[in-house]
Amino acid sequence: MSGGSDARLRDWEVVVGLEVHTQLLTKTKLFCRCENRFGAPPNTLVCPVCMGHPGTLPVLNGEAVRLGVRAGLAAGCQVSPVSVFERKHYFYPDLPKGYQISQYATPLLTGGGLRIRTEAGERTIRIHRMHLEEDAGKNLHAGIPDRSHVDLNRAGVPLLEIVSEPDIRSPDEAVDYLKRLRQLLRATKVSDGNMEEGSFRCDINLSIRRPGSTVFGTRVEIKNVNSFRFVHKAMVYEIERQIEAVESGEKIVQETRLFDPSSGRTKPMRSKEEALDYRYFPEPDLPSLVIDPVLVEEERRSLPELPEKKVERFCAEFGLSRADAEILVAEEALSRYFEEGLSLFRSASPAGDALRKARERWTSFVLSEVLREFNRQGEGVLEGETAVVHTVALLGKVLAGSLSFSQAKEVYSRAVEESRNPLLLVEELGLVQLSGDDELGRLVEGVLAENPAEVAAYRGGKDRLFGFFVGAVMKKSRGKANPEKVNEILRDKLKG
Amino acid sequence: MKNPFFSSLAEFARGRDERRFSIEEVTRYFLSRTEALNPSLNVCLSINQNAVNRARQIDARLVRNKADSPFTGYPVMIKDNLEMEGYPTTCASRILSGYVSRRTATAVARLLSHGVVVLGKTNLDEFAMGSSTENSAFGPTRNPWNPSRVPGGSSGGSAAAVAAGLAPLSLGSDTGGSIRQPAAFCGVLGVKPTYGRISRSGLVAFSSSLDQIGPFAGSGADALEALVAMAGKDPLDMTTVDRDPAEMRSEYQSTEIGGVRIGIPEALFGEGLDDSIRERLRNLRDSLSGEGAREVSVTLPHSRYGINVYYLVATSEASSNLSRFDGVRYGFRVKNPADLRSMYEETRDQGFGDEVKRRILLGTFALSAGYQDAFYRKARKVQALIRRDFLEAFRQCDMILTPTSPTPPFAFGEKTGDPLSMYLSDVYTITANLAGLPALSVPVGVDSHGLPVGAHLIGPPWSEGRLLRMADRIAGLYPMPLPEVHAGHVDGLSEGGRR
Repeated sequence: MSGGSDARLRDWEVVVGLEVHTQLLTKTKLFCRCENRFGAPPNTLVCPVCMGHPGTLPVLNGEAVRLGVRAGLAAGCQVSPVSVFERKHYFYPDLPKGYQISQYATPLLTGGGLRIRTEAGERTIRIHRMHLEEDAGKNLHAGIPDRSHVDLNRAGVPLLEIVSEPDIRSPDEAVDYLKRLRQLLRATKVSDGNMEEGSFRCDINLSIRRPGSTVFGTRVEIKNVNSFRFVHKAMVYEIERQIEAVESGEKIVQETRLFDPSSGRTKPMRSKEEALDYRYFPEPDLPSLVIDPVLVEEERRSLPELPEKKVERFCAEFGLSRADAEILVAEEALSRYFEEGLSLFRSASPAGDALRKARERWTSFVLSEVLREFNRQGEGVLEGETAVVHTVALLGKVLAGSLSFSQAKEVYSRAVEESRNPLLLVEELGLVQLSGDDELGRLVEGVLAENPAEVAAYRGGKDRLFGFFVGAVMKKSRGKANPEKVNEILRDKLKG
Repeated sequence: MKNPFFSSLAEFARGRDERRFSIEEVTRYFLSRTEALNPSLNVCLSINQNAVNRARQIDARLVRNKADSPFTGYPVMIKDNLEMEGYPTTCASRILSGYVSRRTATAVARLLSHGVVVLGKTNLDEFAMGSSTENSAFGPTRNPWNPSRVPGGSSGGSAAAVAAGLAPLSLGSDTGGSIRQPAAFCGVLGVKPTYGRISRSGLVAFSSSLDQIGPFAGSGADALEALVAMAGKDPLDMTTVDRDPAEMRSEYQSTEIGGVRIGIPEALFGEGLDDSIRERLRNLRDSLSGEGAREVSVTLPHSRYGINVYYLVATSEASSNLSRFDGVRYGFRVKNPADLRSMYEETRDQGFGDEVKRRILLGTFALSAGYQDAFYRKARKVQALIRRDFLEAFRQCDMILTPTSPTPPFAFGEKTGDPLSMYLSDVYTITANLAGLPALSVPVGVDSHGLPVGAHLIGPPWSEGRLLRMADRIAGLYPMPLPEVHAGHVDGLSEGGRR
């Protein structure tokens, strides 16, 4: 694992459990019908219910329940036939009612797990529970001296809290778990997992103990770490800090800490003594949540192919390496684009070598060109002018020999850049691959005529000069010559 | 109670339809009576300045179209913990000063859609916490029967409004007896429906699992119509139950005294009950037997824990419900607090009255880590036993009869120094809330001091119709004299009764 000196780490085992809060992709909030949307001007998506006005009552959003059930099924959880909402009390200006409606003693989902794969191998991280709760608003301090403002647009947005068992043993494992969890939530359309917008947030519970020990060390909670990189950094720092403390005879105190990205350190927020007493009790305004088995069956039947299965299928069906398959599957939209492309090729050339060749070309094109543009510009590049039909048609020209692969790459990136149809660009630029025997023959003869010394040397046994001739022909054709054809003709003419 | 136009809802509707009076005329009558009596009785915290306008609009509509509800144009007052869009809701608390509601309570909205005219909002114990209306931040309401006595509480204003003839119908809320005890003290009928019968949306919550809205009225028939108009599933309140409100009307019509089995929990007629009340109840029991009702002895073994359970469950929920009054978004906030913590502390310290603070402290304690099992959770378990006792008893009887209050209306200040004795005012009424059952208080005459006495009927879930029919039969046996209230009479009062 990374972080800390390896020798020291061998003396210690790191024990980590993660709590993830993910915002659900519902149209409206969990207990009122205000829109659930990020980025609106402050306090424009609010009503008396989510502002905690007197006389208001929560009305549960069934869509949030459905999404919760779906996430649970995807992670192999048990759906509780009856679960209970409770009130969690604390005072803070962004918490309008003075309590958060959450689930406590009886969560919606229990059990389940997620397969992770790191350099240390493949393991299952068990999931302890998942439950529904409402998000709080946001306090705004920036740019307003001596004052704080409160934005309640986020107050009441549905969250699924996903609590792992303390099965994670390293920062790498934590990050892999989080990535796979996020992937699962995105693939099932439970959440957009957008970390910049706070729809996927993480608390880390971390302790250390001697390897082989069966009791847990004193646990420290690191709150609200909001990127994979920060999770890694916070854990590396916290592991070092705890080992150092214990080895110098100090006791770890149970506390909540905050990660400061600028210093890369964690610092104390509140101790156990200062821990809040949340005074949970069942929410009297909401009846127990009874889950209809029909809903569970509907969700089970309509679950999409899950990322783990899809990776396996991509490997088996398309001969992809595991690493390549994981890259594609990590992004739902990208893997869909990839598969749609393949099926277009399949309908064009139903079988045999041609299909195999098309698949290879397409895979490499998607994993290099499309992936690069996707990472740079997002999902938009998979639609519009560079939608899959156009890109496949572009590659089709390569396969038909009328366009070189490098030309195709160039055209594609230009098409993305200018939001133009790549096929129109090909025409406009007059890009045609030279494949005709006569035309190429003339080019080759020209090159041979211009380089008599090299021709003589080649014929005298200097085989390595072959590449020189190919390059010269390609140059003369301004990259338009079909390299395979050039090879063929050169070999023929050089024989003499 | 009496007015020159009508003595019942049905008579009002007839008079209106026969054009014997206009809605404006009726509205102006009640408003001017309120204006005259309110300075001394302190029934209303606010008077609806728009009432006459609304009355005129209704009159204008009635020129063209026949009224589609008996309530069209009917004057109503509502307790000031019920919301009406565009109007202040104070809950008789300083902490809500300046607060204007953005929505209308479902119960009120349903009555409004039947065409009622809301005349004003009535006084209460702060956040409905109390049994005398002495805990109002705006001064106590006086009992129209005797202005040196409390009207009961927490819906003292709404009970006094009907008793003093300021409105023929009013709404209250009942968490542990807050409709029934003031109904008894003011000599009117007051009903707490089955939990889930009427939406709580727009009722400022005290104890969410116990609160219900209900009417004060001159008769069971009038209260019945109000209940039917307000009841039924509400998409804004998930604790409402989908039952046809009209079932109450058919049960009302089919109930007869002859053969009714009346459960008598003898233990509740013993120690602690005022003698003159016991005597009135004795008289009632004899009369009912004379009419053919049959007494059945029932036991409610866990009811003796009612007060204890109530003051754990209700305060726990209250401590939670009142967390939202923090000075951040609306209502009262201290000026220039030093920091966030002092803003919370000082706002709540200055905004809430003593009884509210006492209950927040009790409830916070009952829910605290380390104490919750012994207090809140245990109370919930006993609550379940109390309900089971009742359901068991209702296998042998159709309704249970008890006194409404152990004492007649007491004097101002008599119990304010001793919260426990104040809490005992609700000893008979509290268990109906804990068990979620419908119950009502109906007047059965006056005691030796001329103060009203109420009989308390508790029924099985959804039996409001049956209870109301019985209330009307009882009212027929005990025609109530009317309190002598007029402005001059009350003006002569000394202020001695006030705290």
